[in-house]
Formats: sequence, C-alpha cells, structure tokens
Amino acid sequence: MRRGMPGWRRLKGLIRKESYQIIRDPSSIAIAFVLPAVLLFIFGYGVSLDAKNVPLALVVEQPSPATASLTGDFQDSQWFEPKHFNDIHAAQEALRHRKVMGILWLRSNFTRELFSGGPAPIGLFLNGVDGNTARIVAGYVQGVWGKWLVRYAQSQGREVILPVNVEQRIWFNPEVRSTNFLVPGLIAVIMTLIGALLTSMVVAREWERGTMEALLVTPVRLREILLGKLIPYFVLGMGGQILSVAMAVWLFEVPLRGSLWVLMGVSALFLLAALGMGLLISTVAHNQFVAGQLAIFTTFLPAFILSGFIFDIGSMPGWVQAITHVIAARYFVQVLQSVFLAGDVWPVILVNSVALVIMTAVFMGLVRLRSRKRLE
Amino acid sequence: MTQTANSQDPALVLQGVRKGFHSGGRDVVALDDVSASVKRGIVTGLIGPDAAGKTTLMRLVAGLLLPDQGEITALGLDVRRKPLEVQSSLGYMPQRFGLYEDLTVQENLDLYADLQNLPPSERKERYEQLMKLTGLAPFTDRLAGALSGGMKQKLGLACSLVRPKDLLLLDEPTVGVDPLSRRELWEIVYNLVEHQGMTVLLSTAYLDEAERCQEVILMHMGKLLDHGKPQKFTKTMQGRSFMVTAPEMNKRQLQRQLNQAPPVLDALILGEGVRVVTKEAQEPTPAELGGQDGDLSIEAVPPRFEDSFVAMLRELGQEVTTPSQPGERRCAEACDGPVIEVENLKRRFGDFMAVDGISFVVEHGEVLGLLGANGAGKSTTFRMLCGLLPPSEGRLHVAGHNLRKAAAKARQSIGYMAQRFSLYANLSVVENLRFFARVYGLNIARRKERVQWALEEFELAELANATSGQLPLGYKQRLALAAALMHEPEILFLDEPTSGVDPLARREFWRRINALAESGVTVLVTTHFMEEAEYCDRVVIMDRGKVLAEGTPEEIKKARRTEDDPSPTLEDAFIALIEHNKQMLEKEQAA
Repeated sequence: MRRGMPGWRRLKGLIRKESYQIIRDPSSIAIAFVLPAVLLFIFGYGVSLDAKNVPLALVVEQPSPATASLTGDFQDSQWFEPKHFNDIHAAQEALRHRKVMGILWLRSNFTRELFSGGPAPIGLFLNGVDGNTARIVAGYVQGVWGKWLVRYAQSQGREVILPVNVEQRIWFNPEVRSTNFLVPGLIAVIMTLIGALLTSMVVAREWERGTMEALLVTPVRLREILLGKLIPYFVLGMGGQILSVAMAVWLFEVPLRGSLWVLMGVSALFLLAALGMGLLISTVAHNQFVAGQLAIFTTFLPAFILSGFIFDIGSMPGWVQAITHVIAARYFVQVLQSVFLAGDVWPVILVNSVALVIMTAVFMGLVRLRSRKRLE
Repeated sequence: MTQTANSQDPALVLQGVRKGFHSGGRDVVALDDVSASVKRGIVTGLIGPDAAGKTTLMRLVAGLLLPDQGEITALGLDVRRKPLEVQSSLGYMPQRFGLYEDLTVQENLDLYADLQNLPPSERKERYEQLMKLTGLAPFTDRLAGALSGGMKQKLGLACSLVRPKDLLLLDEPTVGVDPLSRRELWEIVYNLVEHQGMTVLLSTAYLDEAERCQEVILMHMGKLLDHGKPQKFTKTMQGRSFMVTAPEMNKRQLQRQLNQAPPVLDALILGEGVRVVTKEAQEPTPAELGGQDGDLSIEAVPPRFEDSFVAMLRELGQEVTTPSQPGERRCAEACDGPVIEVENLKRRFGDFMAVDGISFVVEHGEVLGLLGANGAGKSTTFRMLCGLLPPSEGRLHVAGHNLRKAAAKARQSIGYMAQRFSLYANLSVVENLRFFARVYGLNIARRKERVQWALEEFELAELANATSGQLPLGYKQRLALAAALMHEPEILFLDEPTSGVDPLARREFWRRINALAESGVTVLVTTHFMEEAEYCDRVVIMDRGKVLAEGTPEEIKKARRTEDDPSPTLEDAFIALIEHNKQMLEKEQAA
C-alpha cells in the first residue's frame, strides 16, 4: 500500500486551496491581522486601569497647620484631585452622585488624636461599585497618609508609632502601568479569536456553499480535511501572534523579560487548543452566523472575562474560580504575564503548559470523535 | 483497487432502502422502501418533483448518508462498509456544483485532481480532454464565481470527472440553467456514456428530460412509482392524447371547458390549442367535450412522459383543485390599452450593459413570458419593472405611473412572487397572510376580508395555523401567490413560479393564473421551463440585454419551421434564436 503518497498530495492540495482563499478573502486577513492591531490600540492606548487624578472629597472639620499640611500633600499627589467640602453630609451627597470617588474625613479631634497612639484619626469612604479601582485608591490614600505622617512627625521632632508600617514596593511592574499587564493578556484573547472564530467560520462556509459535500465524496480522509484546516490557520494565527508581540514590545514598550522562544512555544500550544475549539464548534454549527455566535459566546467572551486578563481570578467567587479552570486562555494569560513581566518562571510555565496540552488533546479528541465523513 | 464486479452486473442496486430525518420536531420519511437497480453504460434518470427523495437517494449512494434500513451496492461494493472505495470510483456532482468560487477554473481542477489522486503525469492529457468536452479552455484563469450558471455547471462536471469514473451521479444538474446550457450538458453526458462507457444516474424535476434518458426511475414523495424505459411509460398512454383547437374560442375558456368534460383527465394549453389526455384510450367526440356546432377540432397526438406521470398521480387519488370562476373584471373603465410600456429601456452596471435598449408593451389581462438564457438581462428587467432598480435610460410606465418618478405608487398596483417564495417560514399560514395584508396598508376590515378570501380561495383554511416552513411545496406556492394578491394588484410578477413543484400543483397554479388573467389581471412571468412559456399569450425572448424575438408561442415556433424540422418545439426555436444571435455577434467581432 502506497498510502502515504496520495494522502500527502491530497493534504497539499487542501492547504494550497485554503491559502488561496485566505489571500483572496479580505475577511480572514482582517480577523488575523487588522483585528489584533485594533484591539491592541484600544487596550494599549484607550483603556487604562490606572487610578490617576481621582476626584477625592476632603472634609476638614477643624483646620489646623497639620490638616493644611496633609491636604497639601493630597493636592500635590498625581493620583488625586481633591475637592474641599465643609461638612460630611455635603461630601456624602457628592459621593452618592459620583462627583467624587471617595471621601477623606478629618474630624474635629484630628490634631489632638494624631500622636495619641490610638486608632487612626482619619476616616475614608469609598465608592465600592468598581471594586478594583476602590482597592487601588485605598492603597494610594494609605500611601500618601503614611508618607505624610512620617514626614510630619519628623518635622515636629517626635517618634511616630504607626499601627501598621506601610511601605509600598511594587514588583514586576514598578511603573504601575496597566498597559504592561493588559497587552500580554490581550494576546491570549486575540489568539482565541483567530483560532476559534476564524476556523469555525471557514468550516461553516464550506457547509453553506455546498463545497463540503463535494469534498466529502472524494477519496479524501477525514484527518486530511481536518489537517487541511489546522495547518493554514495555525500559520495565520502564529502570524497574528508575531504581530501582536512586536506591537507589544516596540509600540507599547512592554518589557519582555523572559525568552522569546518560550513565549512562541507556549503560544503555539495555546493556538492548537484554540483551533481545536474552533473545529469542535464547526462540528455542530453548519452556518457562518451560528458558528460566529457560538465562537464568541463559548470562547472569546470567556477568554475575555474569565482568563484573569482584566479581572483577577483570585477575587472571583469560588464557583467562578472553578469554572476558569476549563478556560484555556486562563493558562496562557498566566504564562504570558509571567514571561513578559517576570521572566522564564519555569514552575509557572510548566504547570500551565501541561494544562494546555491536556486541553488541546481533549478538544482534538472530541473533534475526531464527533466528525464523520458524512452529512449527518 | 479490487474490481471484482462483473460488467454484466448492474452498476447500482438498492434493496428496501429507507431513510428518515428528524426536522422541526417532526419525523419525515425521505425514502420509503425503495428498491431499484441501475444498468451499466446507460443514462438513468431519477425523475420526480421536489421532496420526492432524489437528493437523499444520491447522497446514500455516495456514502454521505447511511440508510436506516436496506442495502446499497454500488459497482459491486457495499456502500455502508466500504464508502472510501466507492467514493474513489464514482463521480458525484452535488446540486450546487461544489465549486470554490474564489478559486480559478484551473485551481479548482487542480484541487480536485489532488483529492482524486490523479498522478501529475496524467494531468495534462486529462485536462485537455475535459476542456475539449466542456469548452472551458478559454476560461482557465477566470474565478469560478465569475462564470455563468451554465459554465459553473460544466466546471462542476469536469471537477467530479477529473479522474475517469465508472459511475457518475448528477444531482439536478439542470436546475436553474437555461435550455441552451441544458442541451449542451446532455450532449456532454451522452458523449461520456457512448465514448467512455460510463454509467450515469441523473436526477431532475423537469419531466420533459425523462425522454432523454435511456431508463427512468420515477419517484414521488419518497416512494418509487415505477421504473423502466421511458417508452414503457408513454406506451400506457397510447391513444389517450389529443390536440383540441377551437378557432372561435379563447384558449383559456376552452381549457376550462375541457377540464370539466367527463372523459378528460388533463387539459393543458399548448400553442394555439389545448392538449388533452383522456381517461380511456378512445377518441372523445366533440359533444363529449362540450362542443357545439362543430366548433371543436380534435386531432390525435403522440403521448408524452408527463402524461403518464399525471395519470399515475391521479390514480394515487391526487386531485387538481379547481379554483373558482374568474372574478368580475377589475378594471371597470379602462380595460383596454397597455398596462406596462417599456421603451428603449437600458441599465448599465459599470461598463456592462445588462439591459441594452429593450421595448415592449403588455396589454390588460395578458400573460407575458420573459424568456432568456442565464445572463440575458431578465432579472434586471424584472427588477426595474418592480421599481426595485432604477433604469439608466428609457421610458418605463407601469399601471399608468412613470416608474422613474412614482415608483412607490406603481408598486401599490404590483404583486410580486419571488422564486423561492419569500414567506416567513416560522410564521403560520394565517400570520403570513395577515402580515402581507398589513404591509400593503389594508385597513382592518379589508384585511379580515382578504385573509378570509385567501383561506377559502386557496383552500388553506384547514392549514391556517400550520407553520408555513413545513408545508409541502405546492401549498407554499399557493400561500405565496395568495400573499402576493392580498392587495388585489392589477399586475402580477412571477419569477420562476413553478420550478420543482409536481405537475398537478403546476396545473393548479396555472388554472389560478388563467382565472386571474381572465378577470383582467396582467401577468408577467420569467421561466426556464419552456412548457410554462407555452401557457403565455405572448413571449419576449431576450439575449445579452436585447430583445431577439417577440410574439405568441405559435409565431415564435413558426418562424423556426424548416423542411428538416416541420414542427419545432418552443425550446428548439428558443435555442435556434440564441445560437443564431451568438453566430451573428461572433461574425461582427471577426469583421
């Protein structure tokens, strides 16, 4: 049996066909290259999770040199834009109307209690609707407060005993640029899009146009049809990946502390998982609209929300955290963020790669199991 | 390849094949206990209207579906057990040809050559043969999507035959393709059978194509009705077909009268007269046909394949529902004079003249057929007449409105029935009717009245709450016509109205159209189905944006009469006209 030869020729024919289609159909090029660029621009320039110029209400009930010095520090800080209120009720009203993000309340006993060693004499109210920002703002307030307290104590020639000594040191992302962790995470989302959306839609297109029926009736093997889709879109996806990494490093100046090869290797692994998801969707959805909807709801949105790329998995409820374990992007985001910001942290890379290998195997296995060389 | 089959064995054997589907919450039996065999080296036609089970049967043979019950043996191989072996020795062209439209002709061929394991050393020779067969050689660099319907069909055929095959399955290759391309396809098919000894199984809903097959498998609603040579079918109808003419009478009135006569099974307008099939093999007397004072002349004519199918369906108990008598004349004041006037109408798409200066006039209550090859400009003309596409040049008056100025007003007097029946598949029958009544702006009282009228007139009352997507094709067609008539339009546009419906449903449809025409409604029809063109009062034949001929079907046929061919069919006349025009244009270009 010389099965290898014609099989290889059939596969080559299918790959060549797919390449012509990719080159001639602007929509697949757009999904692979234009969409990543647009998403990177939006997240790199437009969306920022940094808390800067936060409107903060300052309520000083009894002004004194001490309060003036403290509010001065808030005034000078780049994180805050203080607004002065005379009483707490007016400030709370402003908080309710979202005119301010929080309230710093210096009560009438502030100056007296300052060095008494009792509980801290300041009160802080925060709008907790956006929990992430609230936590960041709380941190900044503590930072300003702590620094001022030390300085003020020294200027008064007194020893200060803080309940907790706050000393901030931010690791991995010392500039606290959200771009630095958003952009690597975004690459995972983009790869999901190229892998799952593009693949499921091009297979659905073959069903819609009736070409799948003609393919199935030729002596082609099912594995050749599947490989004929996997290989071209793997190449296209890696192209999108290289573009995204290049933009991240050169345009957004995200540091790449780990090695490029590790990054590419894990990306290739993740892309296979994403392509597997796409092919799995295409076994159910035989028209492009349904395939697109399914791909967005089952792969893209989960990758966006549950991968830890924007929303910290650690602060999700337990059962949601459990769900994130079946989102392939979760493992990829962890690798991406550590390779970019920390370097080749092998325990992280290995654990997540193993998870990706398992997911790829499961998806591909299901695809092979569910595909038939038949119309039903 | 193990080819143990004896050349005397049939190419294809089906034994007790049953196949059902689950769709829309219902179980549908697509094929019910079908047994048949297809002989080697001939063309066998798989004939039947839509939903007969033709495509399901083709797909079962190609191994794309598995039967629920029964055995299928193709070229001596069990399809269920050895689908790959069967697939490498049969060629299959699905309904939509299976071409990649963004690949060129050559790239499509290369792909299928790779998939069919055609060694590169044999390709050059095979490609040359196929190009010669299909005449596609000048177009190898053209994208498949830019080919005309007829050329796509030929390319689809070339792709499925890129490696010579023993058995070729063609699933409705002639649907939506003009008569000229259809005739060319038949020539190719016979070339393959005669010179290469190929076995061909070809499915079609056009009954006139049955007579071109050497054997016929006739199917209806998933059941095999009969199997044999087409002559066997027509033989049973011997002595039962007659041509009735009455010079004094309107042919539509004559048809209605004949349909009510006791000995008549079927009556159809053909040219100047009415073709009648009787219940018994005995010539009817004029009196039996309701004639008076010798106004009817009766002449025996040879039977056709369709006659036997109609007879079989009638024996199965299917009736042709007769619509009510024509309503009173709608146009009280001005029933005379033209309703549609087209003068030097042109439409340009970039550099391409889709419609290049056509003129014609349609009178009140006339049925006009617009015929032409694919790409002749029929659809463009139709869209301009409906006010959907503005003309580039020329005068266009519909129902007294200038379409260039008052398209919206003109549209109020137009009813339009699209090719694939634009109905809302998930609404019920009555909901569809109500929707269309509302769209046409009828007030509540009129709406109620018209919906009631439609349910009664079209006998849809029992099905009022059925989901329209699940209706049989004939009922869908009724509903689509009813929807187009909700606002009692003066003009009715029909785009390929009866493609794929069974002959009884087609007859019923045309009885309704005739009744409408008699009540003064003007009807414009496009069709590829020359049979249907015979029912028209006049036809306009278009090619490459121009009108080639205009007149009654009889006049068109007369103009083509030669000594070799004393009684050409309308299809012969049509093809002769188009070919003549092609030659003229080629001469012009050469000069």
